[in-house]
Amino acid sequence: MNTEILGVIAMYAITILMAIPFGKYIAKVYAGEKTLLDPVFNPIENLFFRISSIDRKVEMNWKQHMVALLTINFVWFLLGMFVLMNQGWLPLNPDGNPGQSADLAFNTSISFVVNCNLQHYSGESGVSYLSQLFLMFLHFVSAGTGMAAAVVLFIALKEKTAEKLGNFYNLMVVSCTRILLPASILVATILAFNGMPMTFEGKDSIITMQGDTVGVSTGPVAAFIAIKHLGTNGGGFYGANSAHPLENPNYLTNMVEMFSQMIIPLAMIFSLGYFLKRKKMAWMIFGVMTVGFLVLCVPTIIWEVQGNPALAQMGVDMGAGAMEGKETRIGSAASGFWSIATTVISTGSVNAMHDSSMPLSGMMQMLSMMTNAFYGGCGAGILNFFIFIILAVFISGLMVGRTPEFLGKKIEGREMKIAMIVALLHPLLILAGTALAAAFPAITSANLNNPGFHGFSEMLYEYTSSAANNGSGFEGLGDNNPWWNITTGFVLILSRFIPIIGPVAIAGLLAKKKYIPESAGTLRTDSATFGMMVLAVIVIITALSFFPSLTLGPIAEYFSMR
Amino acid sequence: MKTNIFPAIKLTIITLIFFSVVYPALIWAVAQLAPNSGHGEVVTANGKKYYSNIGQTFTEDQYFNSRPSAVGYNAAGSGGSNKGPSNPEYLSVVQARIDTFLVHNPGVSKKDIPVELVTASGSGLDPDISPKAALVQVKRIAAVRKVAEEKVKQIIDSNTEKPLLGLFGPEKVNVLSLNIALEKL
Repeated sequence: MNTEILGVIAMYAITILMAIPFGKYIAKVYAGEKTLLDPVFNPIENLFFRISSIDRKVEMNWKQHMVALLTINFVWFLLGMFVLMNQGWLPLNPDGNPGQSADLAFNTSISFVVNCNLQHYSGESGVSYLSQLFLMFLHFVSAGTGMAAAVVLFIALKEKTAEKLGNFYNLMVVSCTRILLPASILVATILAFNGMPMTFEGKDSIITMQGDTVGVSTGPVAAFIAIKHLGTNGGGFYGANSAHPLENPNYLTNMVEMFSQMIIPLAMIFSLGYFLKRKKMAWMIFGVMTVGFLVLCVPTIIWEVQGNPALAQMGVDMGAGAMEGKETRIGSAASGFWSIATTVISTGSVNAMHDSSMPLSGMMQMLSMMTNAFYGGCGAGILNFFIFIILAVFISGLMVGRTPEFLGKKIEGREMKIAMIVALLHPLLILAGTALAAAFPAITSANLNNPGFHGFSEMLYEYTSSAANNGSGFEGLGDNNPWWNITTGFVLILSRFIPIIGPVAIAGLLAKKKYIPESAGTLRTDSATFGMMVLAVIVIITALSFFPSLTLGPIAEYFSMR
Repeated sequence: MKTNIFPAIKLTIITLIFFSVVYPALIWAVAQLAPNSGHGEVVTANGKKYYSNIGQTFTEDQYFNSRPSAVGYNAAGSGGSNKGPSNPEYLSVVQARIDTFLVHNPGVSKKDIPVELVTASGSGLDPDISPKAALVQVKRIAAVRKVAEEKVKQIIDSNTEKPLLGLFGPEKVNVLSLNIALEKL
């Protein structure tokens, strides 16, 4: 068991160590400074922009940014609908998979555009290779969209008083070409050399030693999995996601995939520090997020390693931990760690089935998405956290009787209203969605894979995952039907774009305001004290909003098992 | 909106070509140098081809048994049981698996059955079991095949894969390699 714990610690430590230099590189990219990759990517990007008749030097204000972002996202969504519904007759479909139904294509297309990747289909039978390649495109650009939005925030916070905040298309494209692509090539190469398929041939068929004839689904997996994790997308090539032995063949690939999904969210924190030349603030953010992450992660690992008490009662050897839904080569510790990393970071890829996690581990997975503030997805993480910073500035400003200020800008009514809308939208979507599903048992109860409290958890998890743009699931839920496809589809749209528009709007409004130089009377926003304040705000909002619903699901299940 | 729509469409087309065609083509080219040129790792035994990373159903007493699977080890699909830990129906399935195991392995006591032998994996295709889970089956296999237990244990020993660098992750043994080795005895 010790090597399992050691593996988890190594995975985490290596990622943090690498995130610091990588964050520096990211800051350089966004500041337009010279980097080693300029000679390669300058011509490519210039070609992109020449063909699309975009002048990347034309700067935009925050509203123009948002219009550009929404427009191109809408184009991707429509194209996605078309490809998914028509994949049956389009080329690159060696397995002859049929086109998706309208409601499934709606859900799938949205969920990949918004970087969520809730998959209500199984990769082996639900999509063609052409669709997989298109989804891979969305893996890149949806992550690029989130990062671009975060950088608009960076720029707004950097400028003393400014209206123009860079060019959206430029930020989006350089995120893809200079950050996601080089890293993806590297990771995909490692994965391909560790036994992950990378072929365009269809399903193979073999006869097993015992004489059964079975299929083996392969495909262009390695390229897909690299960006799936680096872009914190999480939508897997196969139904079983990273639990599949071809999507995650050994412990090394497990470490590499884990590293890939954590590296950019972590590096974005440090790049904020380099970009604004406020390293101490980056450490404050990193500290708060890390405390939150560890509080969620450590108990989960312990519960998963201990295993299912109901099985222990049967008298078998529980040495391996909670192995239902887990893989031998990965083990219960690394699976427990992954389950929290993937929910905190909004990747949503899984290397073990969350539905079979211990009750309280399932609660921690949900809490990771309910807080939605620790590390977070590519770009989206920083944007979500920014809302909590604004709330904390306002509350602590009131507590000490000072005008709330953040980085030399006054926080006033308008900003606070936006922050509150964004902060409250998240619980509203989760709880209203779940309540609605629970109110129509005639439609929804037949979709549940488990009875009682756990069945309720399956519904709660589905909306939580949608609202956090996470994409993992309690996958026992039979979710490929109009109810789930359509309701979660709308949750996905709202919970992606409002938490992007809100923070960017606040940042845009702040950027226009007059800069007030810091003085002895300014509330320090890079201190440990302020960090604790932010953490308190996060905990209070989450606890108050979600505790009752968690009581009905995982907590009730936990006590019923004692 | 109007100023954005055509640039957005054009940018989408060009980046689509770049990320959906150029990038995977590049990785495909690199994968041609990888083991089995990117078709997944395979082993051949007795002229038959198997995927070493894809588990198989092994339920016969003469073979090392693999873990239960929610998809019957048919890699045309994949998935776990997704049963919750307190689901009574699930718990009775596990109980039945324990009872079956005890019937097939007389002399083994319940507390020596590693939990992974009675629980289904996440993918339903788990190719591995722990060395402990292999050792608990030695007695049965030796009796069925009429070979010395020592020989079966040696097979486990020589097929056990240590943690990565000896430091990270669990120890495991590939069930398919075990059974191929058994057939060569």
